[in-house]
Amino acid sequence: MHPSHFTAVLLFALCVSTVFGITMRDTPQRMVRYGAYCFVLFAGSAIVLSWLMFLIAR
Amino acid sequence: MATPPNRIAAPGRGAAQNQGFVYLPLIAGWLVPGAGHFLLRKWGRGALISASIFVMFGLGLAMQGKLYSKANDILDLLGLVGDLGNGLLFVVSRALNLGADQVQITTADYGTRFIVVAGLLNVIAAVDAHNIRTGRKSA
Repeated sequence: MHPSHFTAVLLFALCVSTVFGITMRDTPQRMVRYGAYCFVLFAGSAIVLSWLMFLIAR
Repeated sequence: MATPPNRIAAPGRGAAQNQGFVYLPLIAGWLVPGAGHFLLRKWGRGALISASIFVMFGLGLAMQGKLYSKANDILDLLGLVGDLGNGLLFVVSRALNLGADQVQITTADYGTRFIVVAGLLNVIAAVDAHNIRTGRKSA
């Protein structure tokens, strides 16, 4: 299996956010919100850092 | 924006729950991902935790990630500690000789990290089950 870097990031973010959401909050609604928040931060920071590295490398 | 963190359960509530072997969910959760929550009848949470950790571990192996077996330096030691967090998954995988011996391609490096992080998440989940069992975290 050879996923792209971004696919690997998304899979990683999905699994980690799920566990973070469940373990760090105590009600289902807050678990979902925190899980979604973590997922967006993981994926978003990967995109932002990728663009930064792309612009620095040019 | 992040939701506020968990509130600590009121004192006295945990005292009633501290009967029996309170470390059973911790140990079971470490040995089998999600088992700690299943013991506490948190079926949904247990299933999601179990699925996340099994999927991460499986993806790591599918990407030809490395399973640490010995610690030659401090980084190997940290990797081994992370891998040991997977409990029986790690033991069975080592026994079946799964995982690569050396990282030779980029995706294998991702896979190695997936396996280590799966172990660390499993430890977090096991501690969470223990906190629910003792009443430190409200169920």
